[in-house]
Amino acid sequence: MKYVLMFVETEDYANELAAMGEAERGAAYDEVGRWFAEHDARITRHVHLQPAHTATTVRLQDGRAEVSDGPFVEGKEIVSGFVEVEVADLDEALAMARSWPACPIVEIRPAAS
Amino acid sequence: MSTTHDELARVVREHAGRLAASLVHLLGDFAAAEDLVQDAVEAALRRWPTEGIPERPDAWLFTVARRRGLDVLRRQTRYRDKLAQLQWPVPGEPDDRLRLVFTCCHPALPRQAQIALTLRVVCGLTTGQIAAAFLVPETTVARRITRAKRKITDAGIPYRIPGDDELPDRLDEVLTVVYLLFNEGYLSSTPDRAHSRRLAEDAEWLAASLAWLMPREPEVLGLLALIRLHEARAAARFDDEGRIVLLPDQDRSRYDHDAIDAATQLLAQAAARHRAGPYQLQAAIVACHAEAPTWADTDWAQILVLYDMLLQHTPNPVVRLNRAVALRHVAGPAVALGELDGLAATLADHHLYHATRAELLRALGHPGPAREADLRALELTTNPAQRAVLERRLDAREWS
Repeated sequence: MKYVLMFVETEDYANELAAMGEAERGAAYDEVGRWFAEHDARITRHVHLQPAHTATTVRLQDGRAEVSDGPFVEGKEIVSGFVEVEVADLDEALAMARSWPACPIVEIRPAAS
Repeated sequence: MSTTHDELARVVREHAGRLAASLVHLLGDFAAAEDLVQDAVEAALRRWPTEGIPERPDAWLFTVARRRGLDVLRRQTRYRDKLAQLQWPVPGEPDDRLRLVFTCCHPALPRQAQIALTLRVVCGLTTGQIAAAFLVPETTVARRITRAKRKITDAGIPYRIPGDDELPDRLDEVLTVVYLLFNEGYLSSTPDRAHSRRLAEDAEWLAASLAWLMPREPEVLGLLALIRLHEARAAARFDDEGRIVLLPDQDRSRYDHDAIDAATQLLAQAAARHRAGPYQLQAAIVACHAEAPTWADTDWAQILVLYDMLLQHTPNPVVRLNRAVALRHVAGPAVALGELDGLAATLADHHLYHATRAELLRALGHPGPAREADLRALELTTNPAQRAVLERRLDAREWS
């Protein structure tokens, strides 16, 4: 089955990352690199998104399109990237998400076939 | 009438779960298999009370499920071929039922759905019976079950026993569901005790099945021992008018002492594996109470040690509150009250916190503040039996 793992950044995590020294941050990025290498065979697509300030949201309601800045009003949790993976079932996707070394929330959704 | 009903419930539970397990295994489609079993269960509940329980209830249920399956799935060759090959009894795969329990209690399902699904699929209860047991509208239960089944299929929740590395996490989920079921039946806030009794029995049966299927898991044995110890003391917990009798006042001759011995043996078997966990420790605490010939003989020092161990596994404020009660009997009410002060912020809305505080304040000779604490506890309690205990205590103070 195809799943999408969406990586969700939080304010706390962003602050934590900002507070890190250069070496520490480098080590954190290395861990992410290792995660990708380890799961390479199952990752069919990877998209890393630009930071939240680049986002634009279009809200379609009552036949009108309201365009606003940012992911959503007062949003404190922001999708920062996603991978598409090909695995047997939810448990396998869960195991991948469990070993994700970076941002603290991962949403897993099956991709419609 | 109620004996017939209990017998029916027992037979259905025994066989519906097995049938569901084998059908899910065979069809590889949880929702389709579950529908077939529910149809058969409903037919049984309709017909057995008048026709009598058939000589081979499992074969009866199987025949109905299979016939119904062939009807419904006539168009789908995939299932038709499989159902056509199906025989009862299915060559035994004892793990099938265990797989079923793990699927129903998958952490990706909401807790309420885990409970409803386990009762329905593993214990064979109908939507109506589950709704009655939890005092919620039948449509709510039906919706929860439908959503859960859809999620199992759409999200790709597998039908399997988790691997060794995931097992501790996933087993926790299963044990939590079984213990929640038991507590709902045992400490039920529902006025209709007949329904809740059956939930406690379902939980005991589930725990016993798990123990049979996973005899090497000490926490499974611990949960079974815990449930059986509570059950063994059930007769002494209520007086003839259905009011709660508190532990110090319970008539211990009404405990089922054979059952207590058997449960403590089970616990010893679990302890021999040297992997203590919250269920074993809770069971050990209940065993201390159950084995004490009188309230005055309670081994509080041992209970305090067990609470200290339990706190290491489950560092939560309610465990600390219970530990403070043991501490009172080892070190005196003043020390225990000091311990409660540390919990004031987290347990401000917990009725047992205030009720325990009231007892300690009274023991230390402060009737005024004790009464205030009892009143606060009363405000926070919805369970009618627990309310009655607090009201009696407050009444007694009026007269003294």
